[in-house]
Amino acid sequence: MADLLIELFSEEIPARMQKRAAEDLKSLVTNGLVEAGLTYASAGAFATPRRLALSIEGLLEASPTTVEERKGPRVDAPEKALEGFLRGAGVTKDELEIRDEKKGQVYFAKITKPGRPAAEIVAEVLEATVRNFPWPKSMRWGAGSLKWVRPLHSIVCLMTREDGAEVVPLDIDGITSGNTVRGHRFMPSGSFKVTSFDDYATKLKQNFVVLDGAERANHIWHDATNQAFAQGLEVVEDKGLLAEVAGLVEWPVVLLGEIGADFLDLPPEVLQTSMKEHQKFFSVRNPKTGRIEKFVTVANRETKDNGATILAGNQKVLSARLSDAKFFWENDVRTVERDGMEAMSASLANVTFHNKLGSQAARIARIASLAEEIAPIVGAEAAEAGVAAKVAKADLSSEMVYEFPELQGIMGRYYAQKAGLSDAVADACRDHYSPLGPSDDVPTEAVSVSVALADKLDTLTGFWAIDEKPTGSKDPFALRRAALGVIRLLITNDVRLNLDRFIDSQLLLHKIAEADENDGIIDTLKEILDEIAEHGVFGAAFDAIADKLSDAQKDAVKKAAGNVPDTSEDLLSFFHDRLKVFLKDEGIRHDVIDACLAMEGNDDITLLVKRARALQAMLDTEDGTNLIQGFKRANNILTQAEEKDGVEYSFGPDLKFAEVAEEKALFATLDAAEEAIKPAMKAEDFTKAMSAMADMRASVDAFFEAVQVNADNEIVRRNRLNLLGRIRDVCLSVADLTRIES
Amino acid sequence: MSETVDKPRSFQEIILRLQAYWAAKGCAVLQPYDMEVGAGTFHPATTLRSLGSNAWAAAYVQPSRRPTDGRYGENPNRLQHYYQYQVLIKPSPPDLQDLYLGSLKAIGIDTELHDIRFVEDDWESPTLGAWGLGWEVWCDGMEVSQFTYFQQVGGHDCHPVSGELTYGLERLAMYVLGVDHVMNMPYNDPQAPIALTYGDVFKQTEEEYSRHNFDVANTEKLLSDFVNAEKECHAILDQEHIDPKTGKRIIMAHPAYDQCIKASHIFNLLDARGVISVTERQAYIGRVRALAKACADAFVLTEAGGWKALATQADAAEKGLVPKDFVE
Repeated sequence: MADLLIELFSEEIPARMQKRAAEDLKSLVTNGLVEAGLTYASAGAFATPRRLALSIEGLLEASPTTVEERKGPRVDAPEKALEGFLRGAGVTKDELEIRDEKKGQVYFAKITKPGRPAAEIVAEVLEATVRNFPWPKSMRWGAGSLKWVRPLHSIVCLMTREDGAEVVPLDIDGITSGNTVRGHRFMPSGSFKVTSFDDYATKLKQNFVVLDGAERANHIWHDATNQAFAQGLEVVEDKGLLAEVAGLVEWPVVLLGEIGADFLDLPPEVLQTSMKEHQKFFSVRNPKTGRIEKFVTVANRETKDNGATILAGNQKVLSARLSDAKFFWENDVRTVERDGMEAMSASLANVTFHNKLGSQAARIARIASLAEEIAPIVGAEAAEAGVAAKVAKADLSSEMVYEFPELQGIMGRYYAQKAGLSDAVADACRDHYSPLGPSDDVPTEAVSVSVALADKLDTLTGFWAIDEKPTGSKDPFALRRAALGVIRLLITNDVRLNLDRFIDSQLLLHKIAEADENDGIIDTLKEILDEIAEHGVFGAAFDAIADKLSDAQKDAVKKAAGNVPDTSEDLLSFFHDRLKVFLKDEGIRHDVIDACLAMEGNDDITLLVKRARALQAMLDTEDGTNLIQGFKRANNILTQAEEKDGVEYSFGPDLKFAEVAEEKALFATLDAAEEAIKPAMKAEDFTKAMSAMADMRASVDAFFEAVQVNADNEIVRRNRLNLLGRIRDVCLSVADLTRIES
Repeated sequence: MSETVDKPRSFQEIILRLQAYWAAKGCAVLQPYDMEVGAGTFHPATTLRSLGSNAWAAAYVQPSRRPTDGRYGENPNRLQHYYQYQVLIKPSPPDLQDLYLGSLKAIGIDTELHDIRFVEDDWESPTLGAWGLGWEVWCDGMEVSQFTYFQQVGGHDCHPVSGELTYGLERLAMYVLGVDHVMNMPYNDPQAPIALTYGDVFKQTEEEYSRHNFDVANTEKLLSDFVNAEKECHAILDQEHIDPKTGKRIIMAHPAYDQCIKASHIFNLLDARGVISVTERQAYIGRVRALAKACADAFVLTEAGGWKALATQADAAEKGLVPKDFVE
């Protein structure tokens, strides 16, 4: 057994690539070794800004000798065939064995592949790894043609055994392997020889290099939080930044610095973003006030002035950056304080949202009128929701958001406050983008909810109208996220809203805009939309309105409206698909959702979910499962009988033809169930309705146990089939149980 | 361990020290190119000389113009005219990083006290059809230089690869000298009998050019100048390789490239005048890139562009390295 140490030493590797590169080094080398027959006990990989390192323990000294048997031609085959076989197998004729097979005598060769020493294999595998390394971007340097992420300078490849260490000889385009390692670029350290991985890691640390990225990150976090704590402050957590900063240093030194007093009144998000994006600083917050008061920077070295010069330099750079941010902030605030948010959003008329969906300004106008319609449904003032929608995207043309796009919405909230708008409007500026991901918070304030729903519905219908739907893994406009956003907004806020009606009208709006017809049509648009709100796209009233238009206008509107129903259905089923994915995490099966989708009002997501949750809960009980069996049995018998007899057994059964006690009891049970289910359904108390249905289980089971449905007496038989018909009707009034898979 | 670092006292001293340092390291110290360019990279000593197989080592100051960055001399660090210090060495030497760090010491940055970092920053010039990988170099969190290994220029793979260093001189000098506003920076020695600040030298011109670039430059003339430069560039390159007068093989890559530089600067001016829409912008950049590419194509067929090495490759024509009729 031997241990293997590999180090690939280069110029500075981009921080974002280091972790993945260490993993790739490990998998490429270990896969190569194992493929060649060299197994090992364990392996670990590391990365710093200047090196990738791999340690493999318990590696075989040599690959095992293998013997392969190969079947050759028949003994009576032409000489040429035999020659070819011998050449291929690398054996001579007298080494062959002749065996009797069904079809005659056949040559067999035994090919022995002797094992190879580990060093030979390691050298081959490492060279192949270096030459084919999957860097996201790689480059050439000097006069060579080798590619690496940045110039590769040296390679350590060392096999260590109990009796000492040995360099595995290797030469890749003039870079030869050795056992010499270099320490920190700036801290006082030279180059040194190593004998094993432990020796390597220890000596690196003595020469100011912490090999393990996780150790560097821990050190940074620990030291930063300690220093902040000592001053009664806390570091704002940012795992991505921590990983990046740990990838920029080999010897992390944490320094806590001051933010100039002039800048402390900037919004904390601005301070945080500016410091992070430009300087890779951590923000340090006062937990009492929530204000960002200081910063943490991580240097790559210790200095004799304990970082004073470094900190002073960083503070100066930060001041210059924050001066810019302050300049943007003050300009933006001046604009909205003087002329309101409208002044800020004016230029959005010249910004294209999508070349087929018009400008940002046109989009905002659509969202605003939709938000006004949605507002009463979610409990907001229509006027306030309209105002909120009109200003919610104004900050897209602010100087601050131009500089820091990630501050969109956040800045909008500040500017709306400065413009003297209500808190609800200001919050909507910030929150209408939410929820962004499946775990993002869902807005609950009514104005925010109206705008958030309107924004997402307009986006979805817009891209559906121009047929830019997500396909496969491609979803460039994040439409899946938007649909999930709508679903979560509706469910979380218990909003009852018929999506169909909004989808239809908004789609028509897009279609008409796309058709780009003359003004006369646009004038009548509002009227048409009101009709659609009442009666749907193809309602008689819609036709009545359309009749008032001139022929040319009518044709244009009809043409635009023509494919709305199909598109609308397609979008609704997209919502349903997203809903299935969403509810799957809750443990609600897709067939349960299908059973509920078949019921009326399936475009009311909240209602749908309520029904699905109740049904799933019922199915999770023993009574529920058994009742489904009973229902299916009833349904099967009925279906067969109906097919055979050519009638539908939906006449009510008559108690007077009931012969058996269990049969009579079922009448009573059905009466009771119906009595309970009807009002419960009306009140949308699905749990109650479902449990009333499940309560029938004992009776239904007993009925099937005691009664033969297909009785000889035709009257009794028909009566019993009608009784089954009642079971079916009662059950189907709750959900389409035929969709439930057993 | 620590060395005593002798601090420079003025902007010009920093330039002089860089010149002396890179001269001592073997670079040919060139003079600025005598045309308006947006960055030191545009100097033919970089753009063209990074092509082909001939070795090269040059260092120079390049006045650079970015009309959109004009601020009437009021912004502490934005200027429409500023200086870059440019070093180009081909093939890139293995110790280029160390050489670079040596230059920082030469201008008074004590690497024992400062935190120098190489932070990923890949360079791309859409107008030159060029890209490379490298870093921006940070000193205590401030970007002081751009460090790039050229991979492609004018659409040609760079073989060998050039190492390029670009120092933004004003920003670097302000940092070294501890000045907060560029106009307050000592230009010559502050103890000199006639001490001049950067503002004494450039405040006037920043004002004048800012007004000119934003509001006065004649856009109609510029638009036609652009077209003329473009035509001229192609016309020069379309000439026979053999000069009918001398009988010599003379490919005029440099005069053609001058027209490319001109077109690029005109485009920048038009941009500052705000007469180029977002969609047009891409088209203009594409037209300048086409010129740069044509010049690069021509340069690699010249002696300085290493055509001999190319011509000796039997399969050069097949590989598309030289035109099929390229026989000497």
